[in-house]
Amino acid sequence: MADEIILLDFLPSIFGMRIRVALAEKGLKYEYREQDLWNKSPLLLEMNPVHKKIPVLIHNGKPICESTIIVQYIDEVWKDKSPLLPADPYERAQARFWADYIDKKLYDLGKKITLTKGEEQDTRKREFLEFLKLLEGELGDKPFFGGENFGFVDVSLVAFSSRFYAYESFGNFSIEAECPKLIAWTKRCMERESVSSSLLDPQKVHDFVAGMRRRYGVE
Amino acid sequence: MSKQELLLLDCGVSPFCGRVRIALAEKGVEYESKEENVLGAKSELLLSSNPVYKKVPVLLHNGKPLCESSIIVQYIDDAWPSPPLLPTSPYERVQARFWGDFIEKKVFDGGSKIWKSKGEEIEVAKKEFIETLKQLEGTLGDKDFFGGENFGFVDILLIPLTTWFYAYEKFGDFKVEEECPKFSTWVKRCKQRENVVKALPEPEMVYEVVLMLRKMHGVE
Repeated sequence: MADEIILLDFLPSIFGMRIRVALAEKGLKYEYREQDLWNKSPLLLEMNPVHKKIPVLIHNGKPICESTIIVQYIDEVWKDKSPLLPADPYERAQARFWADYIDKKLYDLGKKITLTKGEEQDTRKREFLEFLKLLEGELGDKPFFGGENFGFVDVSLVAFSSRFYAYESFGNFSIEAECPKLIAWTKRCMERESVSSSLLDPQKVHDFVAGMRRRYGVE
Repeated sequence: MSKQELLLLDCGVSPFCGRVRIALAEKGVEYESKEENVLGAKSELLLSSNPVYKKVPVLLHNGKPLCESSIIVQYIDDAWPSPPLLPTSPYERVQARFWGDFIEKKVFDGGSKIWKSKGEEIEVAKKEFIETLKQLEGTLGDKDFFGGENFGFVDILLIPLTTWFYAYEKFGDFKVEEECPKFSTWVKRCKQRENVVKALPEPEMVYEVVLMLRKMHGVE
């Protein structure tokens, strides 16, 4: 039976990018449907009535919501190719921990850099860089967070790199200067087709964030 | 496996620790437990085992730390597969994880807003909290447990949080049983399980802790 896979998504969304990367890693064909987040479609509201958010993966008509949960689902259903979570229970728990930590902190930290100014922005930049340094420590000398292989934590984090240019531009700082190992890791990830074909071009992300700043009256 | 290989950094009133205690009991796994003073000075072991959050619960398995209660429960299910806490089919697992995530986002923080608020804010917090419970009632439906016929992952994440509901009811002036009767029935059903009763504190004890927390937060 051929699988029918539909992805309700929004091009600049970091969370959507994770799903695009995961689907590409597994070599899966799917139908991409861009959503208007300011005028939500009946399908989106029907498929995600609780949170009304993208991304939503619809697999043979059944919806799956929340990006980290969707990635785990993709990994479990299509388990024979490019496993993302480790097999060992302790390493799985560690991968889940770091993905959860990234989810709890990074999006808001980055968003606050782009929506604030002056001293408040300086504080946000410091917190953001501290967070990235902690992740660098966790990466260590490994090529990927998953070790030798690109894995679950890499999928969770790599989409944020599409926003780095926007953070640096609106925050007037250099991430590479403070976290060179992490930037090296993002470049390594971008050598994978699953990543380079899934992430939105940083300039386009920058322009989207500029639009959001105007919308929120920051400009 | 000897007891010494599993150590739980614990706290009696913490519903997050309660989850781990229940999961370990469901698997019939023996462990040592060390009560941490979470309102006072944190132990060296806690700080070194959980440098990121510095919080309980932490489960040390052969000296290796695991943090974040929902992740610890999943680890326990992976490491001791029988009886399973998560369903076997991928789609049902997704549903369990989704509602587990919903519970994480809404229940404890939503309830905390009730006792942290003053004046009109209490009413707003209470309405949101009841709405959350109604959404959970909707997903429970006519099933005995969130897992279906068997007590499972979502039940384990949620039942310890209900020990804090008595405090929310006192400060919000409402009764969960009146607003969400199906939810109350589920709570009573869980409390018939020995593993649940043994693992959880009395709501009155939690209420005393909330009184203390209110003073600390300057709400009194």
